[in-house]
Amino acid sequence: MSTEVKEALKQPVAPRSSELDAPLQSKRMLVNLGPSHPAMHGTARAVVELEGENIASCKLDIGFLHRGFEKSCENVTWTQCFPYTDRLNYVSSIMNNVGFALAVEKLCKLEVPERAQYLRTITSEIHRICDHLTLVGALGLELGAMTVFLYAIEGRDLLWDRLTELCGARLTSNYARIGGVSRDAPEGWLEKTSATLDRVVLLRDEIDALLTRNRIFVDRTRKVGTVSRADALDLGFTGPCLRASGEPYDLRKAAPYLVYDRLDFDIPVGSNGDTFDRYLMRIEEMKQSDKMIRQCFRDMAPGELVVRDFRYVLPPKPEVYGTIEGVMAHFKLIMEGIQVPAGEAYGYTEAANGELGFYLVSDGSGRPYKLGLRAPGWPMLAALPVILQGALLSDLVPVFDSINMIGGEVEQ
Amino acid sequence: MSKVVIDALVERFKDPVQGDGVTGAYEGAGGDDCAFVKRERLVEVCRFLRDDAEMQFNMAPYITAVDYLGQEPRFEVVYNLLSTTRNWRIRLRVKVAEQDAVLPSVCGIWRGANWFERYCFDMYGIHFTDHPDHRRLYMYDEFVGHPLRKDYPLRGRQPLVTELEVPAEPFRGPGPAERGE
Repeated sequence: MSTEVKEALKQPVAPRSSELDAPLQSKRMLVNLGPSHPAMHGTARAVVELEGENIASCKLDIGFLHRGFEKSCENVTWTQCFPYTDRLNYVSSIMNNVGFALAVEKLCKLEVPERAQYLRTITSEIHRICDHLTLVGALGLELGAMTVFLYAIEGRDLLWDRLTELCGARLTSNYARIGGVSRDAPEGWLEKTSATLDRVVLLRDEIDALLTRNRIFVDRTRKVGTVSRADALDLGFTGPCLRASGEPYDLRKAAPYLVYDRLDFDIPVGSNGDTFDRYLMRIEEMKQSDKMIRQCFRDMAPGELVVRDFRYVLPPKPEVYGTIEGVMAHFKLIMEGIQVPAGEAYGYTEAANGELGFYLVSDGSGRPYKLGLRAPGWPMLAALPVILQGALLSDLVPVFDSINMIGGEVEQ
Repeated sequence: MSKVVIDALVERFKDPVQGDGVTGAYEGAGGDDCAFVKRERLVEVCRFLRDDAEMQFNMAPYITAVDYLGQEPRFEVVYNLLSTTRNWRIRLRVKVAEQDAVLPSVCGIWRGANWFERYCFDMYGIHFTDHPDHRRLYMYDEFVGHPLRKDYPLRGRQPLVTELEVPAEPFRGPGPAERGE
């Protein structure tokens, strides 16, 4: 070793003035994604610590979309909560309406007329298809398959058009009521919806054909973001993500509500728990939902839409203007709200992304004392750092897509 | 539905000296059974529920808190538990006083409890010992108070940046106040 080198080794290496001049990053690098980032649906923020291209650790920061859902609901009547629930998962709002209505009915011990149950099931399943189409479309889009996204959005909007004809709004449906549904299907709606479903089946099969055996798509999703069955349970996964990991738990079978016990359908179950399985689960569930809706169309009979109990449902207008009981019931319901019996209940339904739970506490007044929301995507988003440990940075986007976190419900 | 579980819990956590661990069992609305659990026995009860071969409560789908303002003890933390193998659900309710709003964390039993407990801390100010990441969940760190407590005002605004002044009549245009002025 020359004296020159020996001298140099004694001195500490002077740091370079700019990181950009450094020939190779030796330190870990922090990358900030979001809160406004096209891949972060909604406004989640992820701070990712990278070691080369691999994720060493990931920290999530949420709450940018927090708008005080629970506090708002505690200060309005039970009926006025419905528009707030629309804004939870805005892609499948009727499922939130139905979930909340069922939870309140659990507390009131109210039995809903059969036609209303069928209509709730049909609209929920239509919205399940919409939700899954959105996820599949977005997953394709973010892996470079723009066509898939266009097909998916076409199918989704055709279905939303049908729901607009039913409840008057495209996104904020506000369809269910405590004790039933707000309106009946218009004339010819069932036939029209059947025709739309036929079109959606074609689009879904097209998407299936474009993605499921696509080399690029499969390479990007297989064995990426794998969650084992034990981990999925431990982390609180529900819905398609839990079933993708191999746990055959679906509330529609495990604790049937509405008319699900009368319908003939299967629960698709995955085996690997990776992003690809979570995607396949959505495709298969769309097929099952389609089957269920058609069975409902076949079995549905004309009948009442709401319970005829003036303690819970507004009386028809001729009675309000014609009878003293009618006008009193109307006045009480509008001014004081529904008098839900004091007590507490936890109502749970199978929404598109998993268990949608409402923990309700009533003190017997017209307003919820406590309304706790268990959003389906909540534990899945919380588990993202665990899933992504050691994965590539580029895998963050498809994994994030496949758990389908919806800002509106997770951040309340 | 899950009466067996509650009966087994009450029986197992009987303690004539320090008071029973599980008390006040009742059948909740819709058939989910509930019971009150003493704070000191909570972790023990949860671990038993998860590990016992008869129980297999392998998931905690929802944990939340309620503020019963005016009652003593003031807060209550509600644990909704699920056994997917048995298809059982139970609800454990734990009372906590305001002056001593501290609970043991169950993150060591179900990792999914992490954000639910952070939510309870953020919204109600209930602390959890041995929690791996004890921070607020939705609100920012500078936020003072806990918004879902019943004594937090509905319109209690705490903006991080200075808010612009809203004009007294926000719907009026920029023209003169009255015609012919």
